[in-house]
Amino acid sequence: MTEHAMAVPLKQKYFTPGVWVLTALFGTALVIALVRFLLGLGAVTNLNTQYPWGIWIAIDVASGVALAAGGFTSAFLIHIIHKEEYHALSRPALLTAMLGYTFVVLGLLVDLGRYYNVWHPILPSMWQGNSALFEVGMCVMTYLTVLYIEFIPIVAEQYRDRVNLPIFKFLNKPLGRLLAFLDTKMGKIMFIFIILGVVLSFMHQSSLGALMVLVKTKMHPLWWSPILALEFLLSAIAVGFPMIIVESLAASRSFKLKPEMSVLAPFARYVPITLGLYLATRFANLTIRETWGYAFDGSLESWFFLAEIFFGGILPFILFLQEKVRRSPLLLFIAALLVVLGVVFNRINVYLVAYKPVYLAERYVPTLWEILLTVGLVSGLILIYRFLVIHLPVIHAGRKTS
Amino acid sequence: MERRDFFKFMGATGALLTGTSAQAASHQPDFDPNEGVGVLTDFTECIGCRECEWACKDAHNMETPPLETYKDKSVFAEYRRPDENGYTVVNRFPGKGCGEIDLDVKVQCMHCNDPACVSACIVGALVKQDFGPVTYDAWKCIGCRYCMVACPFEIPAYEYEVALDPLVQKCDLCITRLEAGQVPACVEICPRNAMTFGKRGDLIKLAHEKIAEKPNKYIDHVYGEHELGGTAWMFISCEPFEEIKFPKLEEASVVRLPEGIQHGIFKYFIPPAMFYGFLGLIMNLMKPKSEELPESETEVHHD
Repeated sequence: MTEHAMAVPLKQKYFTPGVWVLTALFGTALVIALVRFLLGLGAVTNLNTQYPWGIWIAIDVASGVALAAGGFTSAFLIHIIHKEEYHALSRPALLTAMLGYTFVVLGLLVDLGRYYNVWHPILPSMWQGNSALFEVGMCVMTYLTVLYIEFIPIVAEQYRDRVNLPIFKFLNKPLGRLLAFLDTKMGKIMFIFIILGVVLSFMHQSSLGALMVLVKTKMHPLWWSPILALEFLLSAIAVGFPMIIVESLAASRSFKLKPEMSVLAPFARYVPITLGLYLATRFANLTIRETWGYAFDGSLESWFFLAEIFFGGILPFILFLQEKVRRSPLLLFIAALLVVLGVVFNRINVYLVAYKPVYLAERYVPTLWEILLTVGLVSGLILIYRFLVIHLPVIHAGRKTS
Repeated sequence: MERRDFFKFMGATGALLTGTSAQAASHQPDFDPNEGVGVLTDFTECIGCRECEWACKDAHNMETPPLETYKDKSVFAEYRRPDENGYTVVNRFPGKGCGEIDLDVKVQCMHCNDPACVSACIVGALVKQDFGPVTYDAWKCIGCRYCMVACPFEIPAYEYEVALDPLVQKCDLCITRLEAGQVPACVEICPRNAMTFGKRGDLIKLAHEKIAEKPNKYIDHVYGEHELGGTAWMFISCEPFEEIKFPKLEEASVVRLPEGIQHGIFKYFIPPAMFYGFLGLIMNLMKPKSEELPESETEVHHD
């Protein structure tokens, strides 16, 4: 009667017209990545001395990490404070986090000029404890490992009695035994990794904001603040549940399952709390720092700020407070999507819009190739997600085709 | 230098593993920047011959056209910045100089006392040497370009067109020449002695003496003496620095706050460890009663 037993491989057809589109987009991204590795960053990006970072950092890395927050927020809710009624959301959130961080690393590798040195921060001789980026790097590496460990039981559960290798048949038995061992024993120690995942997430989600505290002289006062670290952490926590909601409803739709509204509707009640805490902190900070004036000065930055705060904060906050919204799959999807896009918008604003080069020639606008690579990476993530939920017990079934 | 590296290593190790000392890793200069070297540039002496641009490239084995071609004044038509192909440039500000003449302004890395690039660098590829220069160790660099984002003077440039082994490029104060007992190449070639190389403390004194001597000629501001905690390269001018495209900056260093936050959060690694323990406690206390049966425990943490 354990809940997790209800998660089953969806066993549906992999290829649909939409999947072919995503495959084409992912293929395009691979070609762009190839050109970048053969000819350098200059060949495909609009990056320059004024703008060393573009959307690959603001979206692929900074937003990617934030949107993977469903992993640690749900781990906290379901495993640490034991809200077992949301168990159905646990595995999809874990899978999203695992794939999210995997693609953050892939996106980062494309952006790093000397990507073959990416492992350098683990060498004690190169540790640089003053750098917030060092902290981010170490935590992301460790957390990605933790996520893969947390995922092992899902694989073990599915294949412990089904190991059937094509050539290495002699390995079938020992491998099966290993998986059976992992399936039964790993649960006993998993709490170590679950807590570690939450601690690591707190650390690097905040450090991604602390990163820009150093850039004070080049940042717009609407976004720069000494508590950027706290704001990044709170926004990551706020976006965790909405991301799970978006993904659950999207998956239900794609696989023609009944939306999990009986779980999602009560789950959505937490969003006004986390989102409200984040917004209150932003507002208090703007008030204390007396920077509200910049929000209404008619500049490009002021419009971007107002749009971010209203469409990504206040509007979804009001929507999530409505019982009617929380009970309607469509309205709930829209409200959750607003939070998700709002946090992406915030990361773009902090990393790109608020960033003012000292000797500005012209504003950075991403090239078509930069955009297509980002879109392609997201497509690749969805493709792997689809593949895994078809073959592994991730999504709760027992739900009838609508 | 080596002593400093050692302390940083010990500090980082301590902060992350044994918890001996997080402070050692924080940015407390263990040397007096005024004892280190620096350069004072007097813009009123500069004639815009651009021989320093040539000398710089020559000293760093970069490709350059012959010295004579630098007499070409057409480059002054637009404002130029140092880049991956040249660590220093001279710009001309027509009519900005002392009376009616032009003011020529040489820019390069400032070699800050509290460099944001050094604080930013994820692998310690950028280092503030005890005796002044901020240097770059390409071998360590991962090419993340955080140093470029962090630099308040927009100095580090990057080889965007290079596919394999692209480098961050900036003035290194001719460290190889310094170690051989020579002065920086740009200082040496300057026909007007517009630049003075020396101990930073002495240069500050010299700058104020020059200003006091000719108060009508100079504005009373030694740029770099206090900006963001001070820089090794300093300037005096007859025109306010905002007018010749120098960023107006406060005196407080930009690295203290973020480094303070970083070391506060991770002091002796205690806060994360305590948070871990706290979560473990909650997890245990809030465990539903029915789950206390020995076998079903496996299921609780199953995924």
